[in-house]
Amino acid sequence: MSRKEKIWWWIGGVAIVVYCLFPIGWIVALSFKSAGDLNSGDFLPNGAVLDNYSLILTGNASDLFLPALVNSFGICLIATAISCLLSMFAAYAIARLDFPGKKLVLSTALVVAIFPVISIVTPLFNVWRQIGLYDTWPGLIIPYLSLTLPISIWTMSAFFREIPWEMEQAAQVDGATTWQAFRKVIVPLAAPGVFTTAIIAFFIAWNDFVYGISLTSTENARPVPAALGLFSGASQFEDPTGAIAAAAVIVTIPVVVLVLLFQRRIVAGLTNGAVKG
Amino acid sequence: MASIEMKNIVKQYGDGYPAVNDVSLDIADGEFMILVGPSGCGKSTLLRMIVGLEDITSGDMVIGGTRVNDKAPRDRNLSMVFQNYALYPHMTVFENIAFPLRLGKMADDEVRRRVIEASDVLELKDHLDRKPANLSGGQRQRVAMGRAIVRQAEAFLFDEPLSNLDAKLRGQMRTEISRLQRRLGITTVYVTHDQTEAMTLGDRVCVLRKGKIQQVASPRELYEQPVNLFVAGFIGSPPMNFLPATVEGNNLMTPFGPIELDEARAAKVAGRDLLLVGIRPEYFEDASLVDEAKRPVGSVFRARVDVTEWLGDSQYAYIPYEAPESITAQLRELSRELDSEELRTQAIVSIDSTSRIREGREAEFWLDTRKIHVFDPHSGENLTRDAEAGAELTRQATEDRLEHLEAARGRQDGAQDGQSGSRGGATAVGAA
Repeated sequence: MSRKEKIWWWIGGVAIVVYCLFPIGWIVALSFKSAGDLNSGDFLPNGAVLDNYSLILTGNASDLFLPALVNSFGICLIATAISCLLSMFAAYAIARLDFPGKKLVLSTALVVAIFPVISIVTPLFNVWRQIGLYDTWPGLIIPYLSLTLPISIWTMSAFFREIPWEMEQAAQVDGATTWQAFRKVIVPLAAPGVFTTAIIAFFIAWNDFVYGISLTSTENARPVPAALGLFSGASQFEDPTGAIAAAAVIVTIPVVVLVLLFQRRIVAGLTNGAVKG
Repeated sequence: MASIEMKNIVKQYGDGYPAVNDVSLDIADGEFMILVGPSGCGKSTLLRMIVGLEDITSGDMVIGGTRVNDKAPRDRNLSMVFQNYALYPHMTVFENIAFPLRLGKMADDEVRRRVIEASDVLELKDHLDRKPANLSGGQRQRVAMGRAIVRQAEAFLFDEPLSNLDAKLRGQMRTEISRLQRRLGITTVYVTHDQTEAMTLGDRVCVLRKGKIQQVASPRELYEQPVNLFVAGFIGSPPMNFLPATVEGNNLMTPFGPIELDEARAAKVAGRDLLLVGIRPEYFEDASLVDEAKRPVGSVFRARVDVTEWLGDSQYAYIPYEAPESITAQLRELSRELDSEELRTQAIVSIDSTSRIREGREAEFWLDTRKIHVFDPHSGENLTRDAEAGAELTRQATEDRLEHLEAARGRQDGAQDGQSGSRGGATAVGAA
């Protein structure tokens, strides 16, 4: 690459990064502004204050925000765990076994994944109220599974397909049952795939708004994205912009932490040298 | 340790293609059997049917007297070394070798003892705590073998275990495998496409072609009394030369002059039209370097040398010759089937390394006619095969093997005298 080309690549790269990160920078900046400063039009706050954070963590809005945070974590983690476990079995079967209807399972998963959530939420609202799942954790976990399972099955089966057949056959010859071969050889080898899938599934559940706002009514099960929509200002003439910005920043933190934590795990080529070097 | 018997084994894939077609083969207890053939001949499929990774379409697979067709791999108690080793990358070398024992719920100190023992044999002691990814190709290969020998399996199965190693290492590991097998005296089935491995390792070699057995015999018999054109062309490196010939009385008229046949062989080829004469490279010699005493048993001819290759200990000369169109096409077909690409009809002859024959010149060659074979070009059948002489060669090899085995088992029993009765007893029963 010539020098000139390199410079252009750099300029292009920086432009894209700025374009992507600008809204995030903006919301972080907003979250540190005082109420009077919100409409100043400056990008950086004139003197950073923690008012917004104390408002949502300890102040008036904390009743709304903190239970929502707990709900979000609980519901998303459980949904992720269940969807990982289920998709692991499903993906293994899809990658390894030949059974009639394999294509059907995969395409059904795809159809479910692209089905618009909004069209199903109204009937679901009625059903959930009838059977008592409305405004409960399981009432959100189940729809979240429908969001996370398809994508989990797809990514996981891609990972399973990468694992050489021989690994499993070697285990079988060594005296392992199918289950032992799966648990002791395949799952450890698929660990990077499992982590990747778990993170993707967690994000999908974490970001959901439609189910969250429609299927809950109290702090029993209301997740953070729904709670953010219900913030109100100190008076009806004041927008809760600062509080929302602060909450948005807090909600982003776990996502960033997760990625940083498992980045190495995801990238790690655990199968390196398994086959031949 | 057990014998393996295959009776009319057939493997048919979904599209009806028979990868293995009616194979019957008996592998004796403690024998080293090689399955060899060009790619796609069904040798790996056959091995995988023995171990149970491939379903058997029809026929009986009997291991140690029990029919195992419907048994899962784990119930057959065989151990296998895969072509790409199939080591578990998330486990250390120790755990890799210990894996079969752990699955058998063996006590920890017994596992440790056995793994250490196996790693001693394979000189892996310094690497027990490393991960497979950090090992060299040869070390990985040894780990895979360690995993195979660590438990008392009925038989070892090798699926082209050396094909991922470079040439030098391959030679070393070959002797290593041979030594190990002799020492443990365990029935071994070894799949390869490399005829050198087949010749050096096997007690007996089974040559397969398109799913069918061509010949099962000791390496010597395969070399000296091949049953057909395919086996003759496959075994030996450089390969056997096939010259077109016509019969005139007791003489075969070849591009390299007439070759006189003895009465017995002449009778076998009498009345035939076009034939192929199979001559191994080493049956040739530079005529000027042949002993006067040997000269009469062969014939002498003059030919122009195209290329010579001097290798220090030996020398090869390439002599082009003319052949009828039909023969050329057939030889090309054969060489394609043998995974090689012979473009021209030429004879490869081995001459003494001190020979002064130079390329591009005419030279006089001598040809030992005693061991040549004559093939029917259509059926490929060897017309001059001496079945008795061949059987004698294999019988000798079997005797040698049994002697080795006896010695190996004697050693093992001696070594186990002080140990727990159950295992020593089992070995004694196996040896009896």
